[in-house]
Amino acid sequence: MCLAIPAKIVDVVPGDDQASALVDVVGVRRRVNTGLLLDDPPKPGDWVLVHVGFAMSKISEEQALDQIQTLNMMGEQQAALEEVSGYGVDEGET
Amino acid sequence: MRFVDEFRDPEVITKAADEIRRLADSARHYRFMEVCGGHTHAIYRFGLKDVLPANIELVHGPGCPVCVLPMGRIDDGLAMAKDPNVVFTAFGDMMRVPGTQGSPLEHKARGMDVRIVYSPADALTIAEKNPDRHVMFFAIGFETTAPSTALVLMRAKAKGVRNFSVFCNHVTIIPGIRAILDSPDMRIDAFIGPGHVSTVIGCRPYEWIARTEKKPIVVSGFEPADILQAIVMLLRQLNNGEAKVENQYTRVVPWEGNRAALKAMSEVFELRPFFEWRGMGFISQSALRVRDSYAEWDAERRFAMPGLRVTDPKAAQCGEVLKGVLKPWQCKLFGTQCTPERPVGALMVSSEGSCAAYYNYEHRKHAVPA
Repeated sequence: MCLAIPAKIVDVVPGDDQASALVDVVGVRRRVNTGLLLDDPPKPGDWVLVHVGFAMSKISEEQALDQIQTLNMMGEQQAALEEVSGYGVDEGET
Repeated sequence: MRFVDEFRDPEVITKAADEIRRLADSARHYRFMEVCGGHTHAIYRFGLKDVLPANIELVHGPGCPVCVLPMGRIDDGLAMAKDPNVVFTAFGDMMRVPGTQGSPLEHKARGMDVRIVYSPADALTIAEKNPDRHVMFFAIGFETTAPSTALVLMRAKAKGVRNFSVFCNHVTIIPGIRAILDSPDMRIDAFIGPGHVSTVIGCRPYEWIARTEKKPIVVSGFEPADILQAIVMLLRQLNNGEAKVENQYTRVVPWEGNRAALKAMSEVFELRPFFEWRGMGFISQSALRVRDSYAEWDAERRFAMPGLRVTDPKAAQCGEVLKGVLKPWQCKLFGTQCTPERPVGALMVSSEGSCAAYYNYEHRKHAVPA
């Protein structure tokens, strides 16, 4: 649960009341909420750390790649992918 | 050192380890507490104990939200979800945590509508898609997770989604650290500060630890090199007779934290006067509850919450392990009656719990094949 997953912003999605973005995590694309980055909204191409479906902080590409490797080394990449794939029950079953 | 080949830069690790050996006074025994369960996991995963000199002891702290949750709260959440109209949603980590009558997963097997969500936003979506059901989200986590729950409640209110509620079990890290320092059987020389909690709260809330308690604290990242670097920084402070807050994880943690996240939290939540932490007892102002302005989305007020208190099994020594007084393997149940497959205590459930981390990476290594 306390995973922080590096994700690349693919597109910024205009939201009804809270901002969101389409992100890519090692090929898996999901929508995440960017409402916690209101002070410095991310743009396409930026990297963010995602926790429970919310972008927590912006990071550099180099840091993101480091972080991906850390997840790999910790054997948590699978868990991270599973978590990201799980975001957005609205896309599939209710 | 088992994993040295996997490290991106083994030289950095070797250098940091050498520096630690040079700085550590061999006549002294150091006890450093890593507050965060993520660090505990990383320390075992990477076998960092093997890198450190024997006189540096790492003590595992209370920073695992699943582990500090008293069993009574799990029972409360499940009791409120007994109504067949209620959908019980929670993160996957919660699903195998035992309550008196079994875990959420076991309740699901008995017919309760229990669903795993990976984000609190998805719990709200389920509510929107099922207007005739009531969806309860069992919220846990420190300040890393609380802002996300807050934003979801703000969204529920803005959109007028009334068949949704949050059972708030969010806790705050600072009172937990204070309880450790106040504990008479505890001697800690310095702290490795949590990384992701600090992206939200920043580094200022730790200043009293340095100023009043005269203990160094270094906020650290999760890579082996980060943790070793943090230990180098702690040893330097101790050798210089200093006690300050330092930030090793500057690439992710801003000194002032995340203002938008803090604002969302204070919009939706207020401090509870006190809250029970498993194994540590009641700690004042250590948890969040939903403010009156969001009362309609507060499960505790929408349902008749039994307010259960459960005494942990006597033989299980979760409290002592949680406070760092006992090591996981010193508990009488460890590895026999309590295993990740059949956990008695929450420390054996979460991968961030010190018992599960020790069991998975150390115990299995020593175990003689049957």
